[in-house]
Amino acid sequence: MNLADDLYRETILDHYHNPRNHGKIAEATCCTEGVNPLCGDELTLYLKVKDGKIEDIKMEAHGCSINTASGSMMSEAIMGLPVSEARKIIDTFKAMMLNKESQIELPEELEDLEALQGVKQYPVRIKCALLPWNTLIEGLESAEVEQGGVKK
Amino acid sequence: MMNTATMNTKTGKSAIRPMFDSLELRKDFPVLDRIIEGNKLVYLDNAATSQKPQAVIDSLVDYYRNYNSNVHRGIHTLSQEATDAFENVRNKARLFIDAASEKEIIFTRNATEAVNLVAYSWGDTNIAAGDEIVVSIMEHHSNFVPWQALAERKNAKLVIVGLTTDGELDMDEMKAAINEKTKLVAVTQMSNVLGTITPLNEIISLAHKQGALVLVDGAQGVAHLPTSVRELDCDFLVFSMHKMLGPTGVGVLWGREAILNQMPPFQYGGDMISIVKTDRTRYNELPWKFEAGTPNVADVIASGAAFDYLEKLGMENVRQHELELTEYAMHRMNSLPGMKILGPGEKELERRGGVISFLYGEVHPHDLGQILNESGIAVRAGHHCCQPLMTSMGIHGTARASFYIYNTREEVDFLVESMKTVDKVLGI
Repeated sequence: MNLADDLYRETILDHYHNPRNHGKIAEATCCTEGVNPLCGDELTLYLKVKDGKIEDIKMEAHGCSINTASGSMMSEAIMGLPVSEARKIIDTFKAMMLNKESQIELPEELEDLEALQGVKQYPVRIKCALLPWNTLIEGLESAEVEQGGVKK
Repeated sequence: MMNTATMNTKTGKSAIRPMFDSLELRKDFPVLDRIIEGNKLVYLDNAATSQKPQAVIDSLVDYYRNYNSNVHRGIHTLSQEATDAFENVRNKARLFIDAASEKEIIFTRNATEAVNLVAYSWGDTNIAAGDEIVVSIMEHHSNFVPWQALAERKNAKLVIVGLTTDGELDMDEMKAAINEKTKLVAVTQMSNVLGTITPLNEIISLAHKQGALVLVDGAQGVAHLPTSVRELDCDFLVFSMHKMLGPTGVGVLWGREAILNQMPPFQYGGDMISIVKTDRTRYNELPWKFEAGTPNVADVIASGAAFDYLEKLGMENVRQHELELTEYAMHRMNSLPGMKILGPGEKELERRGGVISFLYGEVHPHDLGQILNESGIAVRAGHHCCQPLMTSMGIHGTARASFYIYNTREEVDFLVESMKTVDKVLGI
């Protein structure tokens, strides 16, 4: 194991130091809080979902580098997508992180996210990487409820 | 500076012992030879749990190999030996905290269970609607949540006393908080986050003036400071053996005999009874009234070896060693740009134990802990089971280095050197 090769890869550090889509959305359709009670990572996710499409996503994170970078990459990956597409990406990403055996190759547009595979070498930190994604799942569910129950 | 333990004149308990040599006693702790990520383990997570000397490990093995059996039961040799060894540790615990009677020493699973025992048994029978329970904002969740829940059950009020800007208990607030409605003050002897040592004598005297009882959370304090319940004059004291060289799974509740006698049992079952009829049961006498079921025989017996070890070193010496090491560590760490140590400062060492919580630039404690682990250094990162304190300080967590008898200046130097790697990897 090597910290710089596995955990703190350049892509991750870039997103950590300059998190994308950071902040609040004034007219968010939903706002969801995520916490990792073990280490104290906290994050508030804002979504603007309209006609089944994620028009905007922003978050305020008080977390470690892995949590921050993962959230930043996630926001780029799903921005502007239909909710159904976003769900597919969530599934792909979670499968990648929870698959202990092999390295998984992601489609080109999700390449950045591959950098997080190194986190698998540090099992305690997988939760940090997953926090934004689990919060997003919750957020999408409540957004759909708000919209009168769009079918999954 | 004192070099030897002094005689405790009131109790005549501890004899004068020469200061111990940390480097020498490291040999008693086999785990300290571990190599982590190519480096010798530097174990600085003692506030979470301490390492165990060979004598404690041997004691566990000896019990299981040679006289494993249930206690307070049969008349066979093994059971007799186990019972004697088990009850003998009760006396060691009594001596260690200078309690009046063995009847006042109750073994629990951990300090948390000891607090819960008081919260349910004493709390449910003595707290009524409108009563007030006073705690501090720096309590560990284990000395916070049980009282919050009790207050909820009884419609009582939980009053939370804050800190001064130096991370010490705000005694003006404490004075204002304790009044005729106060039934209990539950407060830590030493904060597991800030290292702050609380002015217990003053708090206890304030509480007693109002007729309130005081429970002291000694999970940190008893492991690191000479502690006498008779000098403190508190009403309950809880502590945990695994933080003081003993095995996990053993907590101790000390309570005044008169109060414990008034309290109903906490759990019901075997061992806590004297006569059981189909229509009623007479409970056992103290302390067994509060020890339902087969106790943690092996770990209680091995706790005896932990008491012996600390008693041999002298708790005055333990305190002195940690005082000197903390002073050195704070001085060295403060020389790093971007370093912020929380709690009482370098000049207030008398009011601080060997626990150093810190923030380093903008680096999240989690990342800090990870990078230090790469050098074989074990520190704790997170909220340390003190979320109300974290919220009150406007932070989300800290990294924490905490010392014990086997830590050395060389280890502190290595910690400070390794902090520079953090800057290199992440940038502070």
